Amino acid sequence: MGLAAIMWQEYVYFKRKFWSITLGSMISPVLYLIAFGWGLGGGMHGGGGDYINFIIPGIVGLTTMTASFSAIGNSINISRLYEKTFEEFMVAPLNMWVYAIGKVVAGAFRGLYSGWLIILLALVFRTKIDIHPYFVLMMVLNCLTFSAIGFTVGILIKSHADMAKFSNFIITPMAFLCGTFFPLAKMPFLLKNLIWLLPLTQTSLGLRSRGENIWNRTMHPLILVLYFGLVLVLGVHYCKKAE
Amino acid sequence: MLVIQDLTKQYGQITAVDHLDLVVNKGEFFGLLGPNGAGKTTTIRMISTLTPLTSGQIAVAGQTVNRNLTEVKRKIGVVPQHNNLESEMTAWENLELHGRLYHMPKKSRRERIDELLEFTGLVERAHDLARTFSGGMKRKLMIARALMHQPELLLLDEPTVGLDPAVRRKMWDLLRNLSQGGLTVLLTTHYIEEAEILCQRVGLMNGGRLVELDTPARLIKKVGKVVVEYFERGETKGVLFETREEALALAAKLAGSVKIRSSNLEDVFLQLTNRRVGE
Repeated sequence: MGLAAIMWQEYVYFKRKFWSITLGSMISPVLYLIAFGWGLGGGMHGGGGDYINFIIPGIVGLTTMTASFSAIGNSINISRLYEKTFEEFMVAPLNMWVYAIGKVVAGAFRGLYSGWLIILLALVFRTKIDIHPYFVLMMVLNCLTFSAIGFTVGILIKSHADMAKFSNFIITPMAFLCGTFFPLAKMPFLLKNLIWLLPLTQTSLGLRSRGENIWNRTMHPLILVLYFGLVLVLGVHYCKKAE
Repeated sequence: MLVIQDLTKQYGQITAVDHLDLVVNKGEFFGLLGPNGAGKTTTIRMISTLTPLTSGQIAVAGQTVNRNLTEVKRKIGVVPQHNNLESEMTAWENLELHGRLYHMPKKSRRERIDELLEFTGLVERAHDLARTFSGGMKRKLMIARALMHQPELLLLDEPTVGLDPAVRRKMWDLLRNLSQGGLTVLLTTHYIEEAEILCQRVGLMNGGRLVELDTPARLIKKVGKVVVEYFERGETKGVLFETREEALALAAKLAGSVKIRSSNLEDVFLQLTNRRVGE
């Protein structure tokens, strides 16, 4: 019931802000597609094929990451520090696990919505995109992981500026370095292995994994599940102590 | 209904609430009065589980209050000092969300929403976004929301702060109707008149401690029923007397502007703490 309440609230918000969410989700990906599809992409190759076909999974990964992270991170941070609506949930007979899961799932839905919009746009740009159950699984896990990260950061930060700092120092570098726009193989050895551990790298590799061996195809979702679990436990722990 | 034992809250070296003991009886309208920083809001926040206790215990209807004990939370309704409505939701949606969070069945939820919108006079604005409401309407909606799940104890933290006098009086009528319904209410305020009009008993807080506890009438009687107010050496002074005759005797000796009036809780507070309530 508590979970349904939170999901219902998020649905009401989504319905009310449908156009701003939809158009807002499309701006960056459209710019990427124009720049890398029509602009640079025409004469370039990457990952063994046309560059545009290489970057589409990367753009799906980074868009679902930013959409899930921002949707939940901003919502929690505004609710806690500005509108104080967070208190309404704290005084309600609601288990903090239920609250966290409700918010994280809602954030993941927002990420998935943005992801499907990109896929539709990619089809407009006539790119080859291979959608299969494993691709969808990776998208879902990416959304859940970054939604959980957004939740935990939203609970931990002490000011609105901290949210921007986290985005600038963690989310933006990941968006560019985690195999989204170029293959990891081009990186120096040490940096490559460090970046390999990051969740968005696992998503980028997973989304492009057709033909990879079973070991790798098992590792990508497992690592994301591990991130999701750890970050969620941390978020709930601090949520129980939040004032 | 509410039992607070040896309650203390410390923020580093600062003691916000200092060994507070308090019992509020079932059906009582109880007021916590005090200046800013007296510890009123911290007390309310600890009862509503928003702020962890440093030590002591709080029980509502025999159950210990704790953020992770959901059952006891159903018994408490909270109206915080600041507006914390979902501004992008309508009045109806705010109440619906609250009803869902408190696991109310759909039928009783919808009936209760209609009842409370009627009670607070917000029927006409039910489907308008909360952010378009005036300060008074927001307060009314917050009270309606706190009453949605029919709590046994209602916590009101300065419910009329920032409202103009006319709206404040309307809010008092609304709050009086609540207490007539048998609900237990704990109100914090620094409006003396509000405490005098609404509360059956009043606790005066200062520096995190409860300095006095009684009915408004008895507290006033303790310090004297009549005040002689006069201006001397750049400040207004007041002297309290048991009888009007004693007050008149002093007034006759004073030069300049002298005012004789009935004493109120403000005088009690000033007498006990040397501070004005709003300071």
